[in-house]
Amino acid sequence: MKRRPFAKQLKTFILKTRRSKNAAPTSPFYAMVQKEFTDYIRSWRIIILLSLILLTTGASLYASISALHDLATDEENNGELFDQAYLLLKLFTLSDGTLPSFVAFVTFLGPLLGIALGFDAINAEQNRGTLTRLLAQPIPRDYVINAKFVAALFVNVLLFFTLGLSVMGLGILITGIPPTFEEVLRIFAFLFLCIVYIAFWLNVSILFSVRFKQATTSAISALAIWLFFSLFYQIIVNVIAKNIIKPESAASSEEWIGKQEMILNMMRLSPNYLFTESTTTLLSPSVRSLGPLTMEQTAGAIVTPLPLNQSLLLIWPHITGLIAATSICFAIAYIWFMRQDIRTN
Amino acid sequence: MAAIIEINELTKMYGEQKAVDQLTLTIEKGEVFGLLGPNGAGKSTTILMLLGLIEPTSGTIRVNGIDPVRNPLEVKRQVGYLPDNLGFYPQMTGLDNLLYIGSLNGLSQTKAKKLAYELLEQVGLSEAAHKKTGTYSRGMKQRLGIAEVLMKEPEIIILDEPTLGLDPEGVRDLLKLIRRLNEERKMTILLSSHQLHQVQQICDRVGIFVKGRLIAKGNLSELVRQLFANEPHIVEAKTSPLDDALLKEIETIKGVVHIEKVSTESFICYCEIDLSAEIAEKIVSSGAKLYMLNRKDFGLDEIYHRYFEGRETDETTTVR
Repeated sequence: MKRRPFAKQLKTFILKTRRSKNAAPTSPFYAMVQKEFTDYIRSWRIIILLSLILLTTGASLYASISALHDLATDEENNGELFDQAYLLLKLFTLSDGTLPSFVAFVTFLGPLLGIALGFDAINAEQNRGTLTRLLAQPIPRDYVINAKFVAALFVNVLLFFTLGLSVMGLGILITGIPPTFEEVLRIFAFLFLCIVYIAFWLNVSILFSVRFKQATTSAISALAIWLFFSLFYQIIVNVIAKNIIKPESAASSEEWIGKQEMILNMMRLSPNYLFTESTTTLLSPSVRSLGPLTMEQTAGAIVTPLPLNQSLLLIWPHITGLIAATSICFAIAYIWFMRQDIRTN
Repeated sequence: MAAIIEINELTKMYGEQKAVDQLTLTIEKGEVFGLLGPNGAGKSTTILMLLGLIEPTSGTIRVNGIDPVRNPLEVKRQVGYLPDNLGFYPQMTGLDNLLYIGSLNGLSQTKAKKLAYELLEQVGLSEAAHKKTGTYSRGMKQRLGIAEVLMKEPEIIILDEPTLGLDPEGVRDLLKLIRRLNEERKMTILLSSHQLHQVQQICDRVGIFVKGRLIAKGNLSELVRQLFANEPHIVEAKTSPLDDALLKEIETIKGVVHIEKVSTESFICYCEIDLSAEIAEKIVSSGAKLYMLNRKDFGLDEIYHRYFEGRETDETTTVR
C-alpha cells in the first residue's frame, strides 16, 4: 500500500528530470563530443580494434597468470616469491614466453588505436562535404577539432580504465592476493601513461588528417611514423652506437659514459622508447636507474624496490616529454586547421 | 523595402589574383536575388565572406546590420547556408542529422524534434526521416539540406548552386520550394548558380558576376532593356515562295531595321519593336505560304552569353 505512491513519485520524478533534460538546450560543444563519441563506438573500425585489444588483454592476462603460477611453484623451494611485493604489477609485465605481456601489447596496439581514432578526423569531414555545413553553424571553428580530440580521448580513457581495472580485478580474484595502496597507485599512473601515449599517436594522426586531403594518405603516413619509431629508429640508433662507442677509443670511463648517455638520449627521442622505459619503471619498482651507473654510484645502495614517488621522479622527464610532444602535435594541427581555407577544392 | 545585406567595395585577393573585385551590392529584405556567373567567378568566395568564413582583403559587409568579420557567430545564427558540395553524415538518419544541427544551434531536444518533423514534412522527406542519409539520392539530400538550413529559423538563406546535379524534376521541385519559402516565410534568399533558365524563374533580381566583378544587376526586364536598347528584335521566318518582292515589302514595315535572306526559303528580320504579327500578315497577304515564324526573346541566357562572349561577337552568337 505504501509503496505505490512512492513508485508513482519516482516515476513522475524521472519523467520530470527527463523532460527538463530534453527541454534544456545542450551546449553545442557537448553535443559535438557526444556525436563524435557515438560515431566512434559505432564504427566498425573501432569495434574491430577494441575487440582485438580485449582479446589480447585476455590472452596476456592468461599468460601472465600462468607465468605467475610457474614462478610460484618454482620458487616455493627458495621461498623468495612471497617476500617480493608487487605481485599485482606482475600481471601487467609478466609473460610465460608464449604470449607477450599486457604492456607489450599496449606498446604495440596502442598507437594503432590512436591512429585509427584520428587519421580521418578532419579530412573525412571535408571529403563528405559536412565540414562547410558544420562551420556554417554558430559555433567557433575550433570546436570541431577540439570535439574530435576530446571524444577520441574519452574513448581512450574509458577503454584503458576498463581494461586496467578488469585486469586488476581478475588478478585479485585469481591470485587471491589483495593489492597494496601503492600498487593501485602505480597501476593508475601506468594507465595515465598509456592514455598520454595513445593521445600522442592520436594527435599525430589528427595532424595528418588536417594536412592530407585523402584519409588513406594520412593513415599511411601515420602508420609509417609508427613503424619507423617502433622498428627502424632503434636499428638506426644501434648502428650509430656501434660506430661511436668503441671501448678501445675511449680515453676515460667518463667519456665512455658520456657517449652511452648520448646514445640513450637519442633513443629517448622515440616516443615508443620513452613509453617502454617509463612503464618498466612504473611497473617494476626494482628498476632503480634508467642510465648507466658506475660502481661508485651503486656502492652502498640497498637493493630494495623504489617507492612510488622515487619511481615517478625517475620518469618525470619522460612523462613531461610525452605530454609536450602530444601538445605540440595538437597545437600544430589546431593552427593548421584554424588557418586552412574552408574550401576543399 | 530595407536593405538586409549591404556589401561595399568588397575585395578578396588570393596572392596576386583578385577573386572578388570591388563588389558593391545591396540586397533588399524579402527578395530572391540570383548571383550568376561561371565557375570560378567569385560567387562562392563572396558567399563565404558574407558568412564570415573567409576574411575579405578590403571592403565592408553588413548582414542584417552585423559585420561578419567581427561577429561571425551572430551572422551564422541568423543566416542559413547551403553549400554547393553538401554532404551529410551517412551513418546517421535524416532526422538525426537535423537534430544534430538543431543542437549546434542551441535548440532544445523537444523543440528541435518538433521542428525537424515539421520541416521534413515540408520538404517531402517524412517517409525517409528514419533512413540513413547514405541511402539518400542527390535530390533528397538537397531537400534535406534545405530543411537543415531552416532548422535555425533564419531570416536570410544563402544557397550555393542549389540545383547542381539535380534532374529536371528535382530542379523544379526545389525551385518551387525556394519560391514558397520566400512567399510564405518572407525570407530573403540569395542563391548562386550558373544555370540561368532555372534562376530566371524564381529570382526577383539577378547580378551577373564575371571574374570577380559584378558587371550588371537588376531584374530581368531591366537587364534586357539596358543591354539590348540599341539592338533590334529578331524575327526569323520560313516561307515559300520567298522572292525579292516579298522581302522588299517586309522591309517597308515601319520599325524594320534590316532584313537578311538566309536561304532560299528563310530570312531573318531585325526590328526595333516586336513586329512578328505584322510580318506574318504581310507574308500571308502576299500569297506565300508561311511555314515557321520565330520571334527570338532575349532571356537571361542571351544576357549571360553576351557578357561572356564580349560585345564584338554578339551578332554571330545571338543570330546564330
